[in-house]
Amino acid sequence: MRNIAIIAKREFKGYFATPLALVFIVIFLALTGAFAFYVGNFFGRGYADLSPFFAYHPWLFLLLVPAIGMRLWAEERKSGTIELLMTLPVSTLDAVLGKFFAAWAFCGLALALTFPMWITVNMLGDPDNGIIVTSYIGSFVMAGAFLSISACISSLTKNQVIAFIIAATVCFLFTMSGAQLVLNFFQGWAPDVLVDALRSMSFLTHFSAVTQGVIDMKDVVFFGSLIVMWLFLNIIAVEINKGR
Amino acid sequence: MAEMIALSRLTKRFGPLTAVDGIDMKVSRGEVLGFLGPNGAGKSTTMKMVTGFLAPTGGSALVDGIDVTVDPVKAKQRIGYLPEGAPCYGDMTPRGFLNFIADVRALSGKERDKAIDETIERVEIAGVLDQPIETLSKGFKRRVGLAQAILHNPPVLILDEPTDGLDPNQKHQVRTLIQEMAADKAVVISTHILEEVEAVCTRAVVIARGKILADGTPEDLLKRSPLHNAVHVRVAAAAAAAVEGDLKALSVVGAVIREQAGNGYCEFSVTSKSGAPIAPDVAALLKDKGHPVSDLKTEKGALDAVFREITRGPDKKPAEAPHA
Repeated sequence: MRNIAIIAKREFKGYFATPLALVFIVIFLALTGAFAFYVGNFFGRGYADLSPFFAYHPWLFLLLVPAIGMRLWAEERKSGTIELLMTLPVSTLDAVLGKFFAAWAFCGLALALTFPMWITVNMLGDPDNGIIVTSYIGSFVMAGAFLSISACISSLTKNQVIAFIIAATVCFLFTMSGAQLVLNFFQGWAPDVLVDALRSMSFLTHFSAVTQGVIDMKDVVFFGSLIVMWLFLNIIAVEINKGR
Repeated sequence: MAEMIALSRLTKRFGPLTAVDGIDMKVSRGEVLGFLGPNGAGKSTTMKMVTGFLAPTGGSALVDGIDVTVDPVKAKQRIGYLPEGAPCYGDMTPRGFLNFIADVRALSGKERDKAIDETIERVEIAGVLDQPIETLSKGFKRRVGLAQAILHNPPVLILDEPTDGLDPNQKHQVRTLIQEMAADKAVVISTHILEEVEAVCTRAVVIARGKILADGTPEDLLKRSPLHNAVHVRVAAAAAAAVEGDLKALSVVGAVIREQAGNGYCEFSVTSKSGAPIAPDVAALLKDKGHPVSDLKTEKGALDAVFREITRGPDKKPAEAPHA
């Protein structure tokens, strides 16, 4: 537990040692705002809620979260510091969790900095703040799921760009797996069980349930088990790839 | 327990390639073991297994009696390791980096402050503590890496090419540092700089193709040189033939090799038949015969010649039958 916190602290500070943190946060805030106000028609629709704001989070995370996750392991392997890290008295689990929590906390920080949206909607009307809170939690957990995918894929390559592209693609498939675009591809030949399984993997379906203000156990289990599974794969991938 | 590192039949295969092939080795406190071998001999792979970075394919590595694969975290607590190329987190400052290492090493309170201060002083990085590591010169980077390895005063110190790429002053500094710390530690340094072995090591192990080919003190290795205790003589060219004949007649002399003539001089390498010192005999002979000698010195034998002979040895033998 101590080691996880130490590694997470170092990793979290690492985001701020370069312009990465600043660039990321500014872009994230600008895009969430732009999508909510222009594409989501925040003012025009006449409702005091944040659903046009949250609706675009899966799409933003799809691109931005792999950008946070891509460096986690690829950079360590490229620079050789993984040899340093893995010969310190820490377990692979400590290292994987430490890095994941640092990146997740960073996502949380970026998300928290969207608070002016929440203030704005409360000044303009009388929104259901319960829904807003559950939506924020849902958005944060979904970011964690995207991040666990990105972290795992980052440990498969030394190249951050490759890590980013593959992670973004896998995240895209998970986001879209409920959409006809993806399902059509499978419906012709795959058994119904598989198609149903794919449909149930969709981040969009689970996330939109949460943004309606309902925290359903099955959505919690979905995102939770997805994070656990990808982090488990991450540990295996680090063990296999660290010496290469 | 005096034996800090014990390797038994340690083996590592990468697919069809056997990088380390059943190494047995023990290192005790107070020893500085020079791990020698050509590039690709398996030095780094062995070190990576001892430090728990790579899992062995076979055999075992014990550090202070702890099996590295059974309790890696506990074993790693006892090791200070400088990986090849001294990788450090470039975006951190040496101060931040050492604080991170102190945290991971579970140092706290006064002990922690003392360890950090002493290490900074030891490796002389006080002047660059607040610059990002990536902006430092190679010498400073190496020293930060070394600081990281010695911060917790580990009983086992494993340094993979600690002086590679340093200038002569820095090399000297690092060697002095290793010698200072050696008394109560088991130190393993890998290198292909042979003068380093003579300068700091109490024991040298030569490996090639994953196998140990020689294990002894640097002096033991030197004795394997045909030129060990040979005498180098320079005389006027006019007297060369007479000197050669007289030297060959001397009973302690093995061979007399005429090297080159130039500027009116001729040089001979006179090898010792038994390996024992022969310089007094040679000097006495030349004086008796009245040959004017312009230079006479004893050779210790070059370690790199021994190294070449040991590591290239099998080339001369017929190739082994391929295993099915």
